[in-house]
Amino acid sequence: MDLYEYQAKELFARHGVPVVPGHVVTNAEDAIAAAESIGNTVVVKAQVKTGGRGKAGGVKLATTPQEARDRANDILGLDIKGHTVRKVLVTEAADIADEYYVSFLLDRTNRSFLAMASVEGGMEIEEVAVTKPEALAKISVDAIEGCTPEKAAEIVDAAKFPAEVRDQVIAILQSLWQVLVKEDATLVEVNPLAKTPDGRVLALDGKVSLDDNAAYRIASYDEMVDNSETDPIELRAKAFDLNYVKLQGEVGIIGNGAGLVMSTLDVVAYAGEEFGGVKPANFLDIGGGASAQVMANGLDIVLGDPEVKAVFVNVFGGITACDAVANGIVQAVEMLAERGEPVTKPIVCRIDGNNAAEGRRILDESGIALIERVETMDDAARRVAQLAAGK
Amino acid sequence: MAIFLNADSKILVQGMTGSEGTKHTRRMIASGTKVVAGVTPGKGGQEVDGIPVFNSVGEAMAATGANVSVVFVPPKFTKGAVVEAVDAGIPLCVVITEGVPVHDTAWFFEYAQNAGTTRIIGPNCPGLISPGLSNAGIIPGDITQKGRVGLVSKSGTLTYQMMFELRDLGFSTSVGIGGDPIIGTTHIDCLRAFQDDPDTDVIVMIGEIGGDAEERAAAFIKDNVTKPVIGYVAGFTAPEGKTMGHAGAIVSGSSGTAAAKKDALEAVGVRVGKTPSEAARLVREVLAAQ
Repeated sequence: MDLYEYQAKELFARHGVPVVPGHVVTNAEDAIAAAESIGNTVVVKAQVKTGGRGKAGGVKLATTPQEARDRANDILGLDIKGHTVRKVLVTEAADIADEYYVSFLLDRTNRSFLAMASVEGGMEIEEVAVTKPEALAKISVDAIEGCTPEKAAEIVDAAKFPAEVRDQVIAILQSLWQVLVKEDATLVEVNPLAKTPDGRVLALDGKVSLDDNAAYRIASYDEMVDNSETDPIELRAKAFDLNYVKLQGEVGIIGNGAGLVMSTLDVVAYAGEEFGGVKPANFLDIGGGASAQVMANGLDIVLGDPEVKAVFVNVFGGITACDAVANGIVQAVEMLAERGEPVTKPIVCRIDGNNAAEGRRILDESGIALIERVETMDDAARRVAQLAAGK
Repeated sequence: MAIFLNADSKILVQGMTGSEGTKHTRRMIASGTKVVAGVTPGKGGQEVDGIPVFNSVGEAMAATGANVSVVFVPPKFTKGAVVEAVDAGIPLCVVITEGVPVHDTAWFFEYAQNAGTTRIIGPNCPGLISPGLSNAGIIPGDITQKGRVGLVSKSGTLTYQMMFELRDLGFSTSVGIGGDPIIGTTHIDCLRAFQDDPDTDVIVMIGEIGGDAEERAAAFIKDNVTKPVIGYVAGFTAPEGKTMGHAGAIVSGSSGTAAAKKDALEAVGVRVGKTPSEAARLVREVLAAQ
């Protein structure tokens, strides 16, 4: 889960990374009190989980509380790269003498962690990496040893931080490492890490991504979840504990196993090229032991997408027996009919693997006209694309 | 021969007394695997289907000569279980558990590297099977038989699918390496082992979006693999920034795309199937030409 800037800064503050005071508000009137409590010139910052807020007009200075309200009013509701601004952070405007960059992230390639640091902060770090790679220090951090004072010093010296901020940045790096480890983050980034004219070093912006697998032990995980940007169908699927991702297309997909479902999306997209660009409408992995109930929930979710014209159920019975899967499909269709939501769209099924013959017999003898069984994955993809295209 | 797992492998199951542990222990035994012990702290002295349960991996190894551990314990306890297996010096530790926090995996991977005694496969993987010899994990034992195709895959169901497509040919070993961002055994480790395995004639490599493991595997193949390799990559239609089921399956910005992986593999002469069945056809073509 990616966090908002204000959430990232809350975690920074909790672990001793210096930040400037700020308040998050959801309506413009509240910006007055927020600005008054800060007392100085403030910055009003759009809270959206994407970059380029400044360029999009989502970050504005305000010298009075009334001005803060007006700027909040301008920014709230703004669309920044497809994200609607619903919250703004009203924060003290720090004077900036210098801007730096520091981050820790999961290093998949080396199966460890990586520190990145640069004295060229403030701009997109991807840009620094391309235009001035020598200005970006990359230092590997051992998962067990962590960011020791020696490691922090190594990072600071590799990035050539000036002597007057060296000790402060060393301390900040160690605190930032605590955010990474204690909060189960896969990314903690400060850009800019700013030096004020009086020589203090502060995190003026922050980006944090948390590991969802560790949600059970991240203290404030649940309260940091914000579903206002989540697709409504994805939210419903989550309530059913289903692994669903909404895509733009016409073929609803249900399968078992992440790899097989990804592969199914691809095969449908290839087949769809023949039928005017029909595409998969979603990713839905119902997992290994797909019961009738799980299949019913899955069909319910996929058919609840008005864009879906036809459904492809693609199951390889590894551990699950195909007869159980077939029974699940038939019962799911019956269950939906009993609920007064009869299935009206064609369901193309391909089932293979453990007990496939019995599973196929169950589908063929179900008497449900909308269920169409096809032998191979490629042929089934072609057929469902054809049906979705209305041909 | 096969890789990592053979007829002499003696398996212990960490978490054997749990429901998944018991179910899959029975399946492993049914496919001819020597399961010699279970480990559940506090349940030493019990038995599951006549297999003795021990309190620790060390005790189980001393009493039974076990040399492979398969881990079925819940995510919260996985780090502890793997550390125990490494401390006991078991040569191979297969972590089936899905949902392990990545900080835990990074930690126990580093720990195993430092100890230098234990190969870790997984987490979040189906394990590995050398058909007819041994089965460590949850891959169905009845899809295919012993043969000369070697398979390495990030995905469980695509492993089963490919074994099914080529069931008449059979497999030396199929390794499901797992779909997490950090895994103990990579495509490269398996490619190296298959290259050295006299019982493997052709290698199938299945990848998916996320990370750069496939690109690095391509570079490895160029310099080190003389046996034919057929590739398949899943996730061409995956949108940027969305996790597709597996924790590691995510396109971040422009990195980790299926297209980049396919291009990297093809650039070193690996033929990549557009669909799993096309990849299977390519394997047959390669073998027919040999």
